[in-house]
Amino acid sequence: MIHFLAHRLFRAVFVLLGVSILVFVLIDLAPGQYFQEMRLNPQISRETVAALQVQYCVGQSLPVQYWRWLKSVSRGELGFSLAYNSPVWPLLRPRIGNTLMLTAAALVCSWLIAIPLGVWMASRAGRWDARVSSVGTTLLLATPDVLIALGLLALALRTAWLPTGGMHRPALDSEVFGRIKDLAIHLLLPLCALTAAMLPLLVRHVRSAILEVLHSPFIVAARGHGVPRSRLLFGHALPAAANPLISLFGVSVGLLLSGSLLIEVIMSWPGVGPMFLQAILERDPHVVVASVLFSTVFLMTGSLVADVSLYVVDPRIRVE
Amino acid sequence: MLKRNKKLLLLGTSLILIHILVLGAFFFAPYDPGEQHRDNPFAPPTRLHFVDSEGKLHLRPYVCSWANHANGIGAPQYVEDCSRISTLRFLVRDERSHSLRGLGMAWRLFGADGPAPMYLLGTDDYGRDQLSRLLYGGRISLFAGLLATGLSLALGLLMGGVAGYFGSWLDDIIMRGAEVFMALPWIYLLFAVRAFLPLEVGARQSFFILIGVIGVTGWARPSRLIRGVILSAKERDFVHAARGFGASHSYILRRHLLPQTSAVILTQAAFLIPQFILAEVTLSFLGLGVGEPVPSWGNMLASLQKYYVLESYWWMFLSGIILIPIFLLYNAVANALSARLERADAEVRSSMGTQKLQVAS
Repeated sequence: MIHFLAHRLFRAVFVLLGVSILVFVLIDLAPGQYFQEMRLNPQISRETVAALQVQYCVGQSLPVQYWRWLKSVSRGELGFSLAYNSPVWPLLRPRIGNTLMLTAAALVCSWLIAIPLGVWMASRAGRWDARVSSVGTTLLLATPDVLIALGLLALALRTAWLPTGGMHRPALDSEVFGRIKDLAIHLLLPLCALTAAMLPLLVRHVRSAILEVLHSPFIVAARGHGVPRSRLLFGHALPAAANPLISLFGVSVGLLLSGSLLIEVIMSWPGVGPMFLQAILERDPHVVVASVLFSTVFLMTGSLVADVSLYVVDPRIRVE
Repeated sequence: MLKRNKKLLLLGTSLILIHILVLGAFFFAPYDPGEQHRDNPFAPPTRLHFVDSEGKLHLRPYVCSWANHANGIGAPQYVEDCSRISTLRFLVRDERSHSLRGLGMAWRLFGADGPAPMYLLGTDDYGRDQLSRLLYGGRISLFAGLLATGLSLALGLLMGGVAGYFGSWLDDIIMRGAEVFMALPWIYLLFAVRAFLPLEVGARQSFFILIGVIGVTGWARPSRLIRGVILSAKERDFVHAARGFGASHSYILRRHLLPQTSAVILTQAAFLIPQFILAEVTLSFLGLGVGEPVPSWGNMLASLQKYYVLESYWWMFLSGIILIPIFLLYNAVANALSARLERADAEVRSSMGTQKLQVAS
């Protein structure tokens, strides 16, 4: 187990270095810089722009830039944002927290709904009610995330049931309970959107995994022994179908982050997504690198968690 | 078997029809996509009247113009003004069409004959006809998906073929590279690559940039699948036989191995095209794709980022809603194709008498 973890960690460092080099090479190839817009401003002299460029080490050769960035990573700063005139990590940290809050909540919600729904649909395969819900998931699967988010936002605007942006009311409550309640209400709309975006894929996989197991002899035998239906489904079929679902968990984490970016931008949730998008538009390279690295770490953590739980759950894998 | 093929044929035909529709936008659309009607911003869809106010039946429906009662202050408030009407006519000659005037192809399938304009699906903030923009925008969005899929499958074929056939260190390098690409959530990868290409470019350039970006970021998954197919195919007896007869690498790859991948490629294409259409829509929606004034389904949706548009004008959702049937069709094709692939696999497996063949790794 420790050997396995060490191996994964080594691979992770390798992939992170690869990703950061890839992004740095792309930066170097790119036309346009952060200070280019400043040069167009007649109120800022050429000398000032040149001095700023020297100060922020823009325009140096690629290996030098990469080395300086690595040094700044070792200091725990993750580079320097030109737009915010500050190290990247203090900017990114609160936003990572917000993104994690949204994605974790959506992950829990979507799996909590997907498992019972998928099991139920598999157990009633072929009947009219399962057919109707399968048509529903197919429709939802074909609905783009953008549309789900925009639709829910329009609904919230029209009905004024839920707040439509941000994380807090302008005036913060003094007591803790009120603040948590306020946060929960603001979280609800992006949470619904993200859950709805994730749900159909998960439900389909759960359904097909269970369906495959339901035809196997041990289920028939258990039914013959008179095992009650709910125990048959959740006690016998679900554990047998767990392996592909645990692998799916790892994949779903990546999809979740992609969906979360879009929903954060549309519903102005102050997560990593809006900051990443703005950094692209402003050509703020280190913020882009840091955001991309964050997404990589997030995805790799997801697949690591999936692999470790496979290891824990399945004795066959443990032996190997 | 026949029934399954028929279903696939039906799905394929409807997809082709949709593509013909958007390709022929210059004929099917009643207006130019850039034609502005500044006095009719956010006009709701025009109603087709078959019965007039006196109860007389019109076989050829007519439309009334929209009169804006807001006097240029605040949101437009439209009331139907039936003193100015147009009749619906088929095959009209459009003299104002500037995009194709030189070619002498100014015919349109239908149009309004009279002073009242006809917006069957409403207008946007510049008073441009939504129906026409939907058709023209489909060109960008659908074909960006198609071309990007072509590019990424070609790259995947090259990389996967080389990795699977030659193996050893080439395989290692290529598959580690694919791992780096797959270690990123797709939107982040897409944005990271898009981030460092020029932002202010013309519509044509940005269209090709978009195809390049989407295609290049998508090569990893198909290349892994293709590598798997090549790996199992190169151990088949007829390949060994060809090698024994002294066939060259390129001959074996071209003649024996690449044809084996065709089913996987076709299935992958059906999976990738809707994903890549969505990628275009997402990028254009966030202002990183094809920009105004050229319509694409993504940048048409972008006006919904303003709350007042989101709240009041439902017809601005149409460029997103239209994706649903298209994705349904593509998903159905992909499912049918992958089911066929699985059946073919099962047949091969039973005929070979082994359990070793693995297509998907």
